[in-house]
Amino acid sequence: MATDPILSVRDLQVTFDIRRQGAWPWTPPMKLHAVGGISFDLPAGQCVGIVGESGSGKSTLARAIVGTVPMSGGAALFEGQDLATMSPEARRRHRRNVQMIFQDPLAALNPRMTVGEIIAEPLITHEPKTPRKEVKRRVAELMERVGLLPNLINRYPHEFSGGQCQRIGIARALILKPKLLICDEPVSALDVSVQAQVVNLLMELQRDMGLSMIFIAHDLSVVKHISDQIVVMYLGRVMEQADARTLTTRPQHPYTQALISSVPVPDPVLEKARPRMVIEGELPSPLNPPSGCVFRTRCPKAQASCAAALPEMLDLGNAHTVACPFHEVEEVLAVEA
Amino acid sequence: MSLLEIENLTVTFQTGDGPVNAVNGVSLDIDAGETLAVVGESGSGKSQTAFAAMGLLAKNGAATGTVRFDGQELLKLSNRELNRVRAQEIAMIFQDPMTSLNPYLRVSDQMTEVLQLHKGMSRKEATAEAVRMLDAVRIPDARNRITNFPHEFSGGMRQRIMIAMALLCRPRLLIADEPTTALDVTVQAQIMELLGDIRTEFGTAVILITHDLGIVAGFCDRTLVMYGGQIMEEGPTNDVFAAPSHPYTRGLLKAVPRLDRDEDSLQTIAGEPPDMSRLPAGCPFSPRCDQVMETCPVNRPALEGFDGNRRRACHLNVKEVA
Repeated sequence: MATDPILSVRDLQVTFDIRRQGAWPWTPPMKLHAVGGISFDLPAGQCVGIVGESGSGKSTLARAIVGTVPMSGGAALFEGQDLATMSPEARRRHRRNVQMIFQDPLAALNPRMTVGEIIAEPLITHEPKTPRKEVKRRVAELMERVGLLPNLINRYPHEFSGGQCQRIGIARALILKPKLLICDEPVSALDVSVQAQVVNLLMELQRDMGLSMIFIAHDLSVVKHISDQIVVMYLGRVMEQADARTLTTRPQHPYTQALISSVPVPDPVLEKARPRMVIEGELPSPLNPPSGCVFRTRCPKAQASCAAALPEMLDLGNAHTVACPFHEVEEVLAVEA
Repeated sequence: MSLLEIENLTVTFQTGDGPVNAVNGVSLDIDAGETLAVVGESGSGKSQTAFAAMGLLAKNGAATGTVRFDGQELLKLSNRELNRVRAQEIAMIFQDPMTSLNPYLRVSDQMTEVLQLHKGMSRKEATAEAVRMLDAVRIPDARNRITNFPHEFSGGMRQRIMIAMALLCRPRLLIADEPTTALDVTVQAQIMELLGDIRTEFGTAVILITHDLGIVAGFCDRTLVMYGGQIMEEGPTNDVFAAPSHPYTRGLLKAVPRLDRDEDSLQTIAGEPPDMSRLPAGCPFSPRCDQVMETCPVNRPALEGFDGNRRRACHLNVKEVA
């Protein structure tokens, strides 16, 4: 943990202007706070997992770090440089250092390009002077590394299965030797047996190439498996943050506890004996979030004071922070050794 | 007698590449009030088995074999008779509640239709019954919200509406095809709790089709594992999870990361899901099996009973599945 963070996110905010259908042109647009003040550090070579349900702002956060949606406040420092104030030249360099893979692997690949062209494209864009032979060599090398036969280089994406397409996406993301890889739900569209292959591949690559990773998913079991640190988001805010083991075994925030309690464990004996903590209702509209703590409308511990002000981030030591004044440890998971 | 008995069901689709068997000789049964999980990955034939039983196959598909519900053969029924069974005896809910609801019709219109048609209720009675059912699936303010359109509800609420619709005629069997896959985990937990309550309250038998082993563990009495259109193994959920008798089941259980355990790396099943038009003559799992033997790709293992109430289709000795 002594290493300098490769990425420091400080109070990052993303706001979208939403225009109601049929609104007068002069009415000011509504503000949708997709990400409201998120902070975390990613030490080099580590993996931060971001968990949340749909609408929690986890994908928007990733896009803001990559730079495909503008930040409306706060800062994201990549190797000490603020992304918002970077010169265009520095931004280009930043782009090659930060690559992303996406949820739907087939949709993320251009159907009219061959696999070889898809994987080589970032390299040709950023290093146009690379000799053709060298490009081809690196593409073949990477295909082998991610578990694709190099003789498939002239095939088109539709000829591959979902798992293979995700491997192509990974190869494309890695050809520029990035320092940071952002994975946005990379395995949620894959079958269980293939999901394990891709998770293992990502972990191997991370270790071998010294990659830093941000792993975004709604599946807490997968996130816990791959991440060192976990950030739990709800409606654009951080609820709790801790190292993966502490967060899953000794969660302190009522939302984290509910989330863990909702994840089924494939063990009939344990599953039927586990305490259940089912929270009522669904995510409120992000256009009109609850005042104060955004989780209070579904929280079993909510008090009148929760509506008054945003809860403070409490530091519990050991890089464990929680945004709830009524936090306490609740073991919602019977853990075997 | 079992409530639903499927015997040697085969579903064939005529495709551009010739006929493809999506389901290949599946036999299963379910008793009244029982909960059966049908587990498998995409292309395993788990949904097509249910579709065939309900007479819902696509136009290019045909089913052979027997499907008996309460002693009545379903595959030979006319559409008219089948409609009665589908309305009153067996109900089905699907993965995506938005595409199963008609976006142009108010929820009230969609829900009362079946009651008016099959139970001969007046519109007023039907609406009152629909509101009662929406209350039962815990839709807040059901009396007023019943006149809303489907898009005015959230995903979880829509799935509740689907469940309410399915239960209107008090069916004896509910087939739930990946009912929570499109939902967030906290909402998934709510829906599974609801399905559990319904099972106890109405005594409905449930066939839960899913790829999620965690849901199966918490919900189902019996588990049936499918791969490549065939049954790999079947048995009481506790036994199947504690001592899988087929290399595929064992592989699946080990490939899922678990919240309650720390593993260094996940054990994987090599290879890709099968291409249904190019299955081996023998066991469909043989190309990916790490305990494959010479006979496996050539001879199809029979589904044989063992241990009293379990069945398995594997050439390997049970004790050697490690």
